[in-house]
Amino acid sequence: MVLAVITRDGDGALSVASAELLAAARGLADELGDPVEAVAVGAAGDLPDDLAKRGVGRLHLLAHPLLDDPAPAVVGEALAQLVAARRPAAVLAADADADAAEAMAWAAAEVGAPLATACTAIRPGPRGRDEPWVVTRERSGGILLEDAELTAPVRFATLRPGGHSTGETAAAAEVTVEVLVPELDAAVPRARLVERGGRAAGTTLATAPVVVAGGRGVGSAEGYAVLEELAGLLGGVVGCSRVATNNGWRPHADQVGLTGTRISPDLYVACGISGATQHWVGCMGARAILAVNTDPEAPMVTRATWAVIGDVHEVLPAVVAEVRRRSGR
Amino acid sequence: MDVLVCVKRVPAVGAEILLTPDATAIDTRHLGFTLGPHEECAVEEAARLAARTGGSAGVLTVGGPETEEQLRYAVSMGADHAVRVDAPGADGDPEAVAAAITDALRALPPYDLVLFGAASADAGHAQVGVRVAHALRRPVVGGVKGIEPGDGSVSLRREAGDGVAVYEAPLPAVAAVLEGLNLPRYPTIKGRLRAKKVPVRVLDAAPPAGNLRTRRLRHRPEARAETVVLGRGAAAAPAVVDVLVDAGVVR
Ligand SMILES: Cc1cc2nc3c(=O)[nH]c(=O)nc-3n(C[C@H](O)[C@H](O)[C@H](O)COP(=O)(O)OP(=O)(O)OC[C@H]3O[C@@H](n4cnc5c(N)ncnc54)[C@H](O)[C@@H]3O)c2cc1C
Ligand SMILES: Nc1ncnc2c1ncn2[C@@H]1O[C@H](COP(=O)(O)O)[C@@H](O)[C@H]1O
Repeated sequence: MVLAVITRDGDGALSVASAELLAAARGLADELGDPVEAVAVGAAGDLPDDLAKRGVGRLHLLAHPLLDDPAPAVVGEALAQLVAARRPAAVLAADADADAAEAMAWAAAEVGAPLATACTAIRPGPRGRDEPWVVTRERSGGILLEDAELTAPVRFATLRPGGHSTGETAAAAEVTVEVLVPELDAAVPRARLVERGGRAAGTTLATAPVVVAGGRGVGSAEGYAVLEELAGLLGGVVGCSRVATNNGWRPHADQVGLTGTRISPDLYVACGISGATQHWVGCMGARAILAVNTDPEAPMVTRATWAVIGDVHEVLPAVVAEVRRRSGR
Repeated sequence: MDVLVCVKRVPAVGAEILLTPDATAIDTRHLGFTLGPHEECAVEEAARLAARTGGSAGVLTVGGPETEEQLRYAVSMGADHAVRVDAPGADGDPEAVAAAITDALRALPPYDLVLFGAASADAGHAQVGVRVAHALRRPVVGGVKGIEPGDGSVSLRREAGDGVAVYEAPLPAVAAVLEGLNLPRYPTIKGRLRAKKVPVRVLDAAPPAGNLRTRRLRHRPEARAETVVLGRGAAAAPAVVDVLVDAGVVR
């Protein structure tokens, strides 16, 4: 059996990351000739319907008072108990689901198994359980791929997004729901949720169709005004490099890259950004890149779709004026 | 509050990455080394917490003698003592590294809070902190972007979905943090001098080998066309807007 750790979004529906995960789990399960089963925390809600459409015949629900709004590690405790009881061949979660990924780390530790994170492919050996599997995982933010051997009776892996459709597949006739009430000793010290708050709504760096980003070449916090203006005209948001964050020019929430946000907008405009690996991995998923840089040899320039060689503060005002002229704004 | 930060020495790679001939590692012969940004923020936070609460801020790494360069850097940023765990077999495997750190924490005086980066900058296994917390049976929260010490507890803030969640953990606790937690300061001259002289305590550990074994590294295949240079300076603006119109972002 392949066990998929799924989560729900704010209104209780299967999260997009989980839908993609189920498709990947299906691919692996077919190779093994095994069924896919899913596990979630809390009540069933609409999950059985969602799962039936994706050919998942069994849903395990983890239920316990300590699992109302739990810290991810506490979910990991419960998950480990389910894994110990059912001995799946593999346990999968989506990397993008931070809570599920953290629960996986705890559960793997509890089971005494390795965990392969950031996987892009999982290849079971021809004899299934009895030999090492080979996984491909991202390293250094995805600029490198690593083929690694995963040796364990239960394979824990988290998967990078991309490569699997989120659509519905062959339907299951019916979904069996099984509730597991884990044994959780209330005396064990655990983190507990004390407050949950919303964040300001609006377009975010992660989802914006256009990102106009600036680096050291922008020169100052004030220098970003023209980037803000262009982003506004193009329906996008402003991003930045780590140099800008470290200089206090922009908040870290704007940072694109390995330790910032990894984005895949339709258009990425990189202004005065050299294109260091740790920045590049954050924007390499963009459909098109326009680099504005004084240095024609900068890696960002040589990897971009289009480039303008010049000073940010000469090029961008001219582009803003031209956009305004053509669109009559 | 006594805080310990676990840090990892990682190669400071440039725009191109070379691999060793057997392709099992990055060729570091011509590279410098550094700390990951998540861990730099953890060191900064530890120094602030120590100053606020009259406690201490230690740094620990698992690695050979060369990793003392990063311990000293962390001391120059504000840490006050350093521990190196010599565990030749650990070799970057997350289970083995976690076991080595766990052994060390059992041998060292107790810490109220042990900080990790959410993920190491090179391997990015995103699990060593959680494994250590598990082995020591301590509460843990990952993805942390805010730390507030309390009375016998610590409050840990993280982003969750489209909001934020605040957890409270009884001490001793473990947290894995993200860059953005704070803005780390640059080392001062005084800090650098202290770092030069600070004794590094060395512990030995022999953790069992882990079960995730690197076979080889390779470059991600990239399909990018040649760059089209649209022009120089302000004169390029019309050509820029032409492609923006084609791309559908200017109407
Ligand atoms: C472990 C690790 C993680 C990291 N994570 C990140 C991350 O998440 N995000 C990130 O961005 N960085 C990250 N970094 C830092 C990264 O290595 C680079 O240092 C950083 O991206 C460089 O920022 P930059 O391009 O703005 O500056 P620089 O590299 O200094 O480049 C500035 C560029 O601007 C150009 N320029 C200068 N003046 C002008 C002008 N007037 N007009 C036009 N162009 C001009 C220059 O030709 C140059 O190409 C990380 C580093 C490490 C070691
Ligand atoms: N060799 C090491 N020595 C000390 N701490 C480490 C080491 N490797 C990883 N860590 C810590 O564990 C965190 C997560 O690492 P990883 O699980 O490899 O992504 C890092 O950010 C460090 O804080």
